[in-house]
Amino acid sequence: MTTAIKEHQDVYLQSFRQLEQRAKAPEWLARLRREAIESFMELGFPTTRNEEWKYTNAAPIARTVFEPAPAVAAAPAVEFMAKSPFAEMDCPRLVFVNGRLAADLSSLDSLAAEVKVMSLGKAIADGSSQVEEHLARYADCAANPFAALNTAFIEDGALIDIPKRLELAKPIYLLYVTLAGPKPTVTHPRNLILIGGESQATVIEGYLGFGDSAYLTNAVTEIAVGENSILEYVKLEGESATAFHTATVKIHQARNASAHATTVALGARLAREDTTAALDGEGGEATLNGIYVLTGEQHVDNHTTLDHARPHCASRELYKGILDGKSTGVFNGKIIVRPDAQKTDSKQSNKNLLLSEEATINTKPQLEIYADDVKCTHGATVGQIDAEALFYLRSRGIGQLEARSLLTAAFANDVLDKIKYSRLRERLKEAVFERLARSA
Amino acid sequence: MLLEIKNLRAKVGANEILKGINLAVGLGEVHAIMGPNGSGKSTLAQVLAGRDVYAVTEGEVTYAGKNLLEMAPEDRAREGVFMAFQYPVEIPGVSNTYFLRAALNAIRKHHGQEELDAMDFLALVRDKMKLLDMDESLMTRPVNEGFSGGEKKRNEIFQMAVLEPKLAILDETDSGLDIDALKIVARGVNAMRSKERSIIVVTHYQRLLNYIVPDFVHVLSNGRIVKSGSKDLALELEQKGYGWLEDAVNATA
Ligand SMILES: Nc1ncnc2c1ncn2[C@@H]1O[C@H](COP(=O)(O)OP(=O)(O)OP(=O)(O)O)[C@@H](O)[C@H]1O
Ligand SMILES: [Mg+2]
Repeated sequence: MTTAIKEHQDVYLQSFRQLEQRAKAPEWLARLRREAIESFMELGFPTTRNEEWKYTNAAPIARTVFEPAPAVAAAPAVEFMAKSPFAEMDCPRLVFVNGRLAADLSSLDSLAAEVKVMSLGKAIADGSSQVEEHLARYADCAANPFAALNTAFIEDGALIDIPKRLELAKPIYLLYVTLAGPKPTVTHPRNLILIGGESQATVIEGYLGFGDSAYLTNAVTEIAVGENSILEYVKLEGESATAFHTATVKIHQARNASAHATTVALGARLAREDTTAALDGEGGEATLNGIYVLTGEQHVDNHTTLDHARPHCASRELYKGILDGKSTGVFNGKIIVRPDAQKTDSKQSNKNLLLSEEATINTKPQLEIYADDVKCTHGATVGQIDAEALFYLRSRGIGQLEARSLLTAAFANDVLDKIKYSRLRERLKEAVFERLARSA
Repeated sequence: MLLEIKNLRAKVGANEILKGINLAVGLGEVHAIMGPNGSGKSTLAQVLAGRDVYAVTEGEVTYAGKNLLEMAPEDRAREGVFMAFQYPVEIPGVSNTYFLRAALNAIRKHHGQEELDAMDFLALVRDKMKLLDMDESLMTRPVNEGFSGGEKKRNEIFQMAVLEPKLAILDETDSGLDIDALKIVARGVNAMRSKERSIIVVTHYQRLLNYIVPDFVHVLSNGRIVKSGSKDLALELEQKGYGWLEDAVNATA
């Protein structure tokens, strides 16, 4: 039996040809895109016979004809942003509507002059050598059809380029808003985040969607954290209930670099998050945390990789899931310890709270250890709301629904509490709490 | 009568634990329920609070003229029933302050009173924290998490002091307390004694009753109240143990 679905590939090939004609690209990028579309044509969309996609059925994506999202007036996005956790966040930001930079909604006030935050498309047109050097160097197109598809369609997205020895006072955030039209559409957001040595930054990525029709957000974010730098990265996936969201986030860490990533998945009908931290220098530290809150028939698949390539690195991972209705979740946590990576210290944990008898979670650690002097632990739990705790709250007068959402939010809080940027932390807590109250 | 229990029977699975309890508690009275391990004291307290692992198979409970058994646990609480747990539950991730304010506001809302914001709430609880020697740090910590045994019990009484119930059922609030902690707890309970409030004190030991002097004492054994009397009954039990009562019941059964 086949491990790939190829029926609508021609649609993408056609769009690709149109893109090639429409958007002039420097030779290096044209080649990159061509190789990527070839990869995609060869790979096709995965079926559940592909081991990496065992519990996620990508057929609804493969079988839908998505057109490139049209340019629309950005103004309606303002109202949606105001209701999102990003409302009134007074930081430098780039806002994209249907994949295109919306200059009016973006603001780079209060950004240090040495920091570059700009449209990736513009940076390419300007002939940025940084972009040429780093783009598509970290995200793997040979094995991942969605990353390949994104790379084939690189047109716009964000470039964040932070020089050496700079501590950013405020976070930078990138917000992708989809205003879905009557027909299924697709965007391929692409982000390149470069953090020079001995710097410190917080980068937030948000995906929001509105409208009742299906759309696909197929994003790739590549982050290179320079020597001795510190990155906090937070991603909120808050797509609409009819959306598909596929995302590859690849964090590449140099010597002594530290990265703390938190992925919050609240929306989409089907979401797949491939998140990797590659520890490619001695003394690095990586944290991959995540929280996913699902209801109805939502499905979220978290595929994470902690890739230890060098000695003396530490990694920590905590993913928590709250699943209600008939939702389904996947956690696949891979830890690779390469032969050179002696003294690796890695801890992984996945905890799930099932609020309904029909919700399911598939959780699997995947350890590939090729060094002998390492510490690796992992654990997974699946449980229900603690009946005694629920009774305790109710016996004090707190109503059943409120008591349930209180306990559920408390379950989520220890992941969110580790987000250092307090304003976002509180906003995300509220968003999770509201989300739970809505599904209760 | 504030509380009237008639022929109450309850079981867990196939195991009958309460085998026909009769008890009447008037407004303003303090009743002590004593009895050996496993006699059903906590079961009775939990049934009154509405814990659904216990199935009531027979009997009735009237509270302030209402059928208590038909009410959800939160409605009982809002109507003034409070049970201090023998084993208070730890709730990671929910701060003690947040929890107690949510509880108080749920009760206030039920009575058509305005809800309190964080500032007003703090002002209201400050005196009661002092009364029970509650450290501020206990308020910001998650409910009961990492509390010592004594801190948990004091937290229960503190909650009672804040929520001001009409009927308080204190399940072994004295067990595991040293004498100083016991005095603090008793001080908290005594401060709550009023003509408008009834208290049921469940305990193993006569010691607590030196500090919280009951109007009536009942002995619960094997799911039934086998003897009732004045506070002197507690002293008698202290001297003779429970054996003589159980033997008497078995002889007549
Ligand atoms: N949830 C339960 N499931 C099974 N058995 C139970 C449960 N709760 C109580 N029991 C049983 O019912 C009997 C009475 O228990 P209960 O806790 O009411 O006694 P108690 O008088 O409070 O004892 P103690 O003095 O030890 O607190 C015991 O045999 C106990 O094992
Ligand atoms: Mg007991």
